[in-house]
Amino acid sequence: MIDVVSASIVNLTHPGHYLHWGFIQLSLANSIVILAMLAVFVLALVLPFRSGRRSRR
Amino acid sequence: MTDTVHSDSAPPNGALPGTGDENVTGDEKMWTARVRRAAMRTLPPDKLLPDRQPSYVASWIYVFGVLTIAALVVIIASGVVLTWKGPSWWHVSKVGLFFNSIHLWSVELFFFFMVIHLWGKFFMAAWRGRRRATWVTGVVCFVVSIGAAFTGYISQQNFDSQWIATQAKDGLNSVGIGAFFNVLNFGQMLLWHVLLLPAVVIAFVGLHILLVRRRGVVHPFPARARPARHRITGAATVPDEALPSSEIETVLHKDPEPVR
Amino acid sequence: MNDSELVPGKSSLEVAAALPDDAEWSGPTIRYDLLKEVVIAVVVVALLAVGLAVLFSSPDDSPTTIRQWSTADPGDFLTTAVAELDGTSDVATYGPPYNSTAGAAQKIGPVSLQQIAGVRVPINTAQDFVLTPLAQQAQTTPRLQTALARFGAAPSGEQGTWETNYSKVLGKGAKTGQGAFAVPHANDGPVPTMFASLLAMADSGALDASLTSSTSFYGTDYTKPLLFLADGSFLADRAQTQHLSGDQWGMMNETGSYPGQAWLWLYTMWYQVSPFNTSVNADALVWGVMALLTLLLLLVPFIPGVRDIPRLVPVYRLIWRDHYRRLQSNKAGGTNHP
Repeated sequence: MIDVVSASIVNLTHPGHYLHWGFIQLSLANSIVILAMLAVFVLALVLPFRSGRRSRR
Repeated sequence: MTDTVHSDSAPPNGALPGTGDENVTGDEKMWTARVRRAAMRTLPPDKLLPDRQPSYVASWIYVFGVLTIAALVVIIASGVVLTWKGPSWWHVSKVGLFFNSIHLWSVELFFFFMVIHLWGKFFMAAWRGRRRATWVTGVVCFVVSIGAAFTGYISQQNFDSQWIATQAKDGLNSVGIGAFFNVLNFGQMLLWHVLLLPAVVIAFVGLHILLVRRRGVVHPFPARARPARHRITGAATVPDEALPSSEIETVLHKDPEPVR
Repeated sequence: MNDSELVPGKSSLEVAAALPDDAEWSGPTIRYDLLKEVVIAVVVVALLAVGLAVLFSSPDDSPTTIRQWSTADPGDFLTTAVAELDGTSDVATYGPPYNSTAGAAQKIGPVSLQQIAGVRVPINTAQDFVLTPLAQQAQTTPRLQTALARFGAAPSGEQGTWETNYSKVLGKGAKTGQGAFAVPHANDGPVPTMFASLLAMADSGALDASLTSSTSFYGTDYTKPLLFLADGSFLADRAQTQHLSGDQWGMMNETGSYPGQAWLWLYTMWYQVSPFNTSVNADALVWGVMALLTLLLLLVPFIPGVRDIPRLVPVYRLIWRDHYRRLQSNKAGGTNHP
């Protein structure tokens, strides 16, 4: 049990990757988080809500 | 406190039928009774815990407020476990590290959901219709949460917290905050992190939720919201062709909650 | 949503939708179980958090100690310590809240909140970082006791000469082994003896302990060892390699490859751009800008123009598309009234 909960499956302790655009510097991890936020926001807007139960005439 | 019932006092006014206020003349003047009446008026139970929502509440964007609260619940739960065992536990115990990981990732999720919630509410202009206090308390939640997360990073007792504390001191010192809020003082930061800031976050989140329940979910914009074709009725822009104004008047008068 | 769940309200959809924004919704409603939604959300988020914790764990890079610093780079440690003694280090010349160095406080225009707040966390770098720890060590080291007595009895001009001369030869010094750093001879009085002892204390870990617990048995305040560490380049170099420096957008970043405080993107951005990246008042100015922007965010509902953006950017048409479609089809079908 302890080993299951403590051993990370993906090791993130190695040095990070960084993205540069002009004066902008972002870590790859932060970029993924920010892009995921934008993606989830867009999905929340466009995905139909409770579409499976919708009955249309 | 002694109850003094004045025989010449006016009949109980403002007493709600069935609330017990009408039992003895003068009861309705008690602080407790006044607070109860105000609470019942402001947030009757079916408004506090409604089982129906307006038909326009049909988008995934509405779940991000609740997801933010859910993340806060997980943050608090994992934080309680970390508090229970004390600040050095998670550095030496595998189970401790696991709970620290849950704490960290639930914070990442919290901000993730909260920012999407903020975007959604911005694009709905959710402050319309006397809902400005809801927006303001939401922004306060966001700002205080940043402080709560920051003190958490400083309370880690590792290289990360050493670096963040020694860097952040300059910003805080430059505007005089550092004189009273010393980020290099681990004891002070830990207590702010586990007591003061969570208390403020929880208080404002609670207030925010009560305001949402009180005012309800914001109405959609009018179907055709082109300003040139609209006239202003109250706080809303109403399409000219929508309805004869007489009908709107009728509905306004029928409404049990007077439009103030 | 199933149309059968749609219950007509007191008014038709058209009438309810046309009412002012602050009117109670009187149109059709749907079934919506708030508490069930909360419970499901808590379960989903808890599973997500546990999943991420199992997948990625969390970072915990061990702290930097003064012992590590002095062992790895005794030259940098001694140079920093001399600057603490002669009062030229960053902390010694910091101004409020640590000391009252004239003109050091940052300003926003003519106003210095840093100055107004005053010296609330007094730090005397010579006493706190060098002389007090050495005095503790001297209790068991007679040679150090003599050196400290000689240093303390000297006029401040002579102390300054010794410190300057020692600084000059320090640059030519070299690590000669574990805990030993050879510095060429100079007219520097008791100073070499004092710093040899301080280095020995640092190398043994005694300085870490001394700086933390000088007030009492229990220690919870790390102001002194952290300020001392921050004055050297060892901690900063470690941060630089981890991409955590202020000029690397470091505030957002986390050690390793973990995501950090992405929500600080705007705050850390200002430090990269003019005029903040060159200003001596950068911290105060950035805080001023962020305070203003936070206030603007708070007051969005009151600011004409900003509060109209959502009406002009039709994201709302997506959010409420079902509602508008229903209004449209009611109109087409002529079912305007309940």
